[in-house]
Amino acid sequence: MTDFLESVSGGLGAVETTPEERSAGRHSTGSTPPGKPKRASLRAVFKAMPLLVKISAIWLTFIVGIAIYAKLDTSLFNGSLPLQNPNLQLNNFDASTGKFGVGEPIEGPSVGNWLGTDALARDSFARIAHGGWVSLIVATTSALFGIVIGGFLGSLVGFVRGRTETVIMSVIDVILAFPALVLLLALVSIFEVRDLFVISGVIGFLSIPAYTRVARANSLAISNREFVLAARAIGTKPTKILFREIIPNVLPTLVSYAMVAAAFVVVVEGSLSFLGLSVSLPTSSWGNMINQSRRDIKTDVLQVLWPSLALTFTVLSLNQVGDFFQKRGAIRASSL
Amino acid sequence: MAKMLLVRLVRLVATLFAVTLLTFSMVSLLPGDPVDAILGQTERTPEIEEQLRVELKLDKPFHERYFNWLGNAVQGDLGESYINRGQTVSGEIKNRLPVTGQLALMAIVMAVAIAVPVGVLGAYKQGRWQDTTTSAAAQVALSVPNFITGIFLSYIFAVRLQWLPASNWSRITDKGIVENLKTAIMPATALALTQMAIFSRLVRSDMIGTLQQDYILAARAKGLSDRFILMRHALRPSSLSLATIIGINFGALLGGTVVIETLFAVPGLGFRLINAINSRDILMIQGITVFVAAAYVIINALVDIMYTFIDPRIRKS
Repeated sequence: MTDFLESVSGGLGAVETTPEERSAGRHSTGSTPPGKPKRASLRAVFKAMPLLVKISAIWLTFIVGIAIYAKLDTSLFNGSLPLQNPNLQLNNFDASTGKFGVGEPIEGPSVGNWLGTDALARDSFARIAHGGWVSLIVATTSALFGIVIGGFLGSLVGFVRGRTETVIMSVIDVILAFPALVLLLALVSIFEVRDLFVISGVIGFLSIPAYTRVARANSLAISNREFVLAARAIGTKPTKILFREIIPNVLPTLVSYAMVAAAFVVVVEGSLSFLGLSVSLPTSSWGNMINQSRRDIKTDVLQVLWPSLALTFTVLSLNQVGDFFQKRGAIRASSL
Repeated sequence: MAKMLLVRLVRLVATLFAVTLLTFSMVSLLPGDPVDAILGQTERTPEIEEQLRVELKLDKPFHERYFNWLGNAVQGDLGESYINRGQTVSGEIKNRLPVTGQLALMAIVMAVAIAVPVGVLGAYKQGRWQDTTTSAAAQVALSVPNFITGIFLSYIFAVRLQWLPASNWSRITDKGIVENLKTAIMPATALALTQMAIFSRLVRSDMIGTLQQDYILAARAKGLSDRFILMRHALRPSSLSLATIIGINFGALLGGTVVIETLFAVPGLGFRLINAINSRDILMIQGITVFVAAAYVIINALVDIMYTFIDPRIRKS
C-alpha cells in the first residue's frame, strides 16, 4: 500500500496536463505571471465542477447549514428559532390517563413536521438536523487530527528519514494492521460515558495513521524535488525547509484526501451509532435514528428511509467532491 | 527466495507480537479500573473485588500479566468469559467462526461472480454507456453503508414479500443447507454489494491498462475473437491484483461483519463481540479482538507471499 501510494505521488511529476486543463489553469490564474498562481475563487471552482459534483456540493452545504442552524437553535437561542425541539414528544402524552392527545406516535409528513414524527412522536426533520451535527463534528475532528498530527508526522518522517521514520512508521503500521472497525469497537468499549467528545476523539485518533501514510508518501516525493535541493544547497535550516517547503506542499493533498476520508468516517460513526455505541440517547445521530426506527419498519418505512437517505447522500457527496478535488490536486502538483 | 520468505516470516511474527501487545495494553492501561468495569452497577463486596483482582492477576505487574496471557494465548487459551461463567473465549471463537466465515465467503463469491463480468464489460466498452452506467452504479454502491442495504433488503424480502426470515439464523448442521442459505442470503448480499463495487472498479481499471498492451494487439491481429482475448488473454494478468484484494478483503470481512451480524441476529464472531461489549466482558472483548486482528494480519501476509509465488515479475526483483 505504501509502495503504491509512493508510486502514485512519485509519478505525479510526470503527469501531463492536457490542453483543456492548461487553459482551465490559465482561466483561474488570470493575468498573473506563471509560477505565482492566484488562488481560484470559490465561484470558479464551483463552475468547473461536473453536474453531479455540483449537486453533491450543494447537498453538503445544505446538510452542514441545517446542522449548524440546529445547533445554534438549541445552544444559543434556547430553541426560539423556527425548528422543532428534537427531543420533544409532540403527541401530548397524558401520563395520568395513559393516552395520547392529538396525533399518533408515528405520523407521516405534514406542514408542521416536514418528515413526519418518529415512534416517540419527535420531529424527524429536527432529529436529522441534529444528527447532522454529530456527523459534522466527528468528520471535522477526524480531519483536524489527521491533517495536523498525521500530516506533521508524515511530512517529518518523509523528510528526515532514518531511524525516526522506522520507529514512527512501525507504530503506524501496527495500528493499521487491525481491521478498523474492530479496533474502534475495542477502544470505544473502554469508555463508560460515550459523548460526542469521546467518540470524535477516538475516531480522530484512529484517523491519524492513514493521513500519516499519505503525508509521508507525498513528503518523500517532495523532498527529492529541485526546490528542496536548492533550499538545502543555500544552507536553509532543516526545520525551515520542513515548515516552509515540505508541509505547504503536502497540505493540499491532505485536504483533498480529508474529503474522501470524511466519507469513510461518516459511515463508521453511522455504524457505531447503529450499534448503540456512539453518542448516547436521546441525542440523535443518523445511525441511532435508523436503529430506533427499524423496529417499526413494518408500519412506517419512511422513518427509516429519511436518516438512511441523509447518510447515503452525504457519503456519496463527500466521495464525489473529494474525487473532484483529488483530481484537481493532481493537476496542481504536476505543475509544481 | 528462502531469504525473502524468512524476512516475511520475521516481520509477520513481529507484527503479531505488536498487535497482541497493543490489544492487551489497551484494556489494561487505559483509565478506569477493569474490576469496576466488569462489576459495573452490580452489588459488590471487597471480597468479590479482591477475588476478581486475583483471578485477572491484576495484582501482578503489567509485563508479567502480558507474557502470562500471551503464553496461554499461543496455546489456544484466551481465558474465560466473566459474565457467562464456564464459557471459554476460544470455545466461543471456535463455535462462531464458521458462521462469520460462511458469511464472508458467500459475500466474496457473490461479489466476484458479478464484479468480474461487469468490470470486463466496463473496460471493453470504455467510455460508452455500458461503462458509464456500471461505473456510476459502482460509485453509488460504494457509498451505501452495508447496514442500510441490509435493512432495506430485509424490509422488501422479509417484511413485505415474506420470502425470507429476517433473523433466526439456521446452521447447516441444524436444518440442512436450504434453510441455512435462506437465512444467510440477505446478510451475505448486504456485505457483497460494497465488495462488488470495489472489485468491479479494480477489474475495470486493471483491464483498461492490460488492453493497451502489445500482446493484446498481437492476439487481435491473429484474428482471435474479442471474447476469447478478453477472457483468456486479458483477464489473467488482471486476476492477480484481484486475488490480492480478495484475500485482504476476506480478512477484513471477518471483523467487518459486526454490523450486519447484529442487524440480522447472526450468531457469529461480530455479534458475540457486540454482546461482550454491552456486558463489559473484558476477556471476551480482548480475545475476539486479538483473534480477528491476528487472522487479518496472517491472511494479509499469506496473500503477500502467494502473490510473489504467482507473479514471476515480482519474484525476480
